[in-house]
Amino acid sequence: MIIRILGEGQYDVSDDALPRLNELDAQVEAAVEAGDVEAFATALGALLVGVRTAGVAHPADSLDESDLILPPDDATIDEVRELLGGDGLIPG
Amino acid sequence: MSLMQRISLIFRSKANKALDRAEDPRETLDYSYQRQLDLLSKVRRGVADVATSRKRVELQVNQLEQQQAKLQDQAEKAIGMGREDLAREALTRKSGVTGQITDLKAQHAQLQGEEEKLTLAQQRLQAKVESFRTRKETIKATYTAAEAQTRINEAMSGIGEEMGDVGLAIQRAEDKTAQMQARAGAIDELIASGALDDVSSTNSGDDIARELDAMSSQSDVEAELARLKGGSQPQAIEAGDNDILQAEPEKKTEGNA
Repeated sequence: MIIRILGEGQYDVSDDALPRLNELDAQVEAAVEAGDVEAFATALGALLVGVRTAGVAHPADSLDESDLILPPDDATIDEVRELLGGDGLIPG
Repeated sequence: MSLMQRISLIFRSKANKALDRAEDPRETLDYSYQRQLDLLSKVRRGVADVATSRKRVELQVNQLEQQQAKLQDQAEKAIGMGREDLAREALTRKSGVTGQITDLKAQHAQLQGEEEKLTLAQQRLQAKVESFRTRKETIKATYTAAEAQTRINEAMSGIGEEMGDVGLAIQRAEDKTAQMQARAGAIDELIASGALDDVSSTNSGDDIARELDAMSSQSDVEAELARLKGGSQPQAIEAGDNDILQAEPEKKTEGNA
């Protein structure tokens, strides 16, 4: 599975790592929904570190679509909220 | 993976939207080409029809000419037999046939002119359709390439929006490099002025210590040089000479003098 961190690049992540990343992802989502800025920063940081450590950098010269996309390290909770709800493409 | 999946989904739908915004021009081009082919085949049929009519007129003219010759023959025979009335009848009919022939010949000329015009139009249209086909294929290839390029960009960068992020990341990296370079320059200056100790030097201390250090290493060099000049180890010099000869010839002369 290829996961892209916006502004950083793509990582090949094995399926074994997914359950753990899912947990971290759920924490980020909970923080976004709760509007908890500190928890969000911590959870997003942990998720990105999780992807970087579990994954191997995807070769830059190969053209593959990412299976999953993550916001950048310095994304704010507002930016992520806007990303999710701004266009109204995906409800709630 | 709800959050990740949601973000991914949003990006992908945006990418697809960008691709779908324009209807596929390849289909339009193919349709237009098909229409042109239809028109061309209609013109071809028209040309064939006119040619058939022309041939039919030619046949009629031939038949009438035969009839004309026959009537002429009959008139001559009637005169030979002293039947002027028959000859008159034959000549009257002949003149009618001649009139028909004249009419048909005019019609033939008209048909021939029409046929030539249609043939010319058909050739022109055919050339146009041919060139359209070539252009259509070129446009289609260009579009396919553009579409592929879009997909490549999409795959490379996630999507257009992310290009901004990449630019920012590069900017950040450049800023960081510039900052580190400035810092390294400042540290070099501080070390040179003695305000900052160079921890990498073996005998780190103040500027006086550094001076002494430099002097002692210089005297070490002088002592070594004197030892070599004394020729205590001629064989080693020879071996060294060979090495120096290959690497730095001007140093060799300095050593010999």
